[in-house]
Amino acid sequence: MTQSLYEQLGGEPAVNAAVDIFYRKMLADNRVNRFFEGVDMDRQAGKQKAFLTMVFGGPANYTGKDMYEGHKHLIKMGLNDSHVDAVIENLGNTLKELGVKDELIAQVAALANSVRDDVLGRGH
Amino acid sequence: MPTLIFEKQSYQRNPDETVLDCLLRHGVSVPHACRNGVCQSCLMRSTDSDPPAPAQHGLKDSLRQQRYFLACTCAPEGDFAATLSGPVLIQLPARVISVEKLTRRIARVRLNPEGAFDYRAGQFINLARGDCLTRPYSIASLPYTEDFLELHVARHEQGRMSRWIHDELQPGNELAVSTPLGECCYRPEHPEQPLLLVGTGCGLAPLYGVIRDALHHGHTGPIWLYHGSRDREGLYLVEELRGLAREHDTFNYVPCLDSPAAGEADFTARRAHEAALARHTDMKGWRVFLCGHPEMVNQTKMKTYLAGAALADIHADPFYLTAL
Repeated sequence: MTQSLYEQLGGEPAVNAAVDIFYRKMLADNRVNRFFEGVDMDRQAGKQKAFLTMVFGGPANYTGKDMYEGHKHLIKMGLNDSHVDAVIENLGNTLKELGVKDELIAQVAALANSVRDDVLGRGH
Repeated sequence: MPTLIFEKQSYQRNPDETVLDCLLRHGVSVPHACRNGVCQSCLMRSTDSDPPAPAQHGLKDSLRQQRYFLACTCAPEGDFAATLSGPVLIQLPARVISVEKLTRRIARVRLNPEGAFDYRAGQFINLARGDCLTRPYSIASLPYTEDFLELHVARHEQGRMSRWIHDELQPGNELAVSTPLGECCYRPEHPEQPLLLVGTGCGLAPLYGVIRDALHHGHTGPIWLYHGSRDREGLYLVEELRGLAREHDTFNYVPCLDSPAAGEADFTARRAHEAALARHTDMKGWRVFLCGHPEMVNQTKMKTYLAGAALADIHADPFYLTAL
């Protein structure tokens, strides 16, 4: 039996460990942190958890429409490809810090990249 | 315009208006205080549909499943029906034992709730006057060594409840207290964890409970308390806390004043959270308690998180003032 990506990454405990590191990186990253200004931190951490669960290949309830709806106010603030790149970079560094193998990181990055067009409202 | 049904009466609600704002606009008197989804005094239950998720933020799962929500953060999309929550907000009568001025601005109120009253140090209650004026106050006492409920009340010139408590409340008067709420509590299962506590004004109240709870449980990690105020009237229990710091090597007390006057040299001349963040730059593994001024609390929550504290280890208790 081969393990799913989500299982190989360590499932929900791994997501929980990653959320704290990932969200901290995002808030400290001057390229993207203005999008988080005035946002309730606990609520945002909940959203980050849902996002990480999805890109870890876990049981996710996000649809393309949700990704679009959740970010369309940010597009008005100038959200573009460079910010999605920054997210994927922070995600990769988070996983590196947690000792995840490069090969799995690439799979996570590919999943994150697959929602790029939805996030940026292309095709909506 | 959407319709709000409240206790079987219907009211026109403006789009985007919260349930609380709508009821108050129509002159319906309902308990409320912080208007920021924190104090839970405007708890209601939806009678026909699931409330919007943001209106259930911070509620226990059991309450969420029963469609309880907070009226002050509830702006549903369309028509909506609600009722006052009923039995979950148990109000116990409580008799005033003493009202004592600790400084000109801070009063210490001790109450004797009728019957068994279980709480954990650091929680808060909603205190109700006879006419239902209700405000949240943190508990400063310890449940197992003190047989009274202690609250610290800062007098606000615009505050109906705090002025009344300072100027008129007498021993023997009867008030009502709600079930204790909140999670700003000590966890005895991590005795070695360093603790940072930052409070402004009567934000000290829950921290005073948490610190003494931690020491009582034999906490071995360092405990740092930064208590700040703009002037001496907002700093209180200074001698008690200095005494506690002398008795316990692990407990460090840093009273802070924005701009100390001559003769106040034993106070740190800095805002409490700034003094804390300057000294403790690596917060990884720390547990953090923040109580008082909302701006201080929210800013410090972000900064201690960025300094390495896990979100789950940061307890933020912003004290919102209630507008008249």
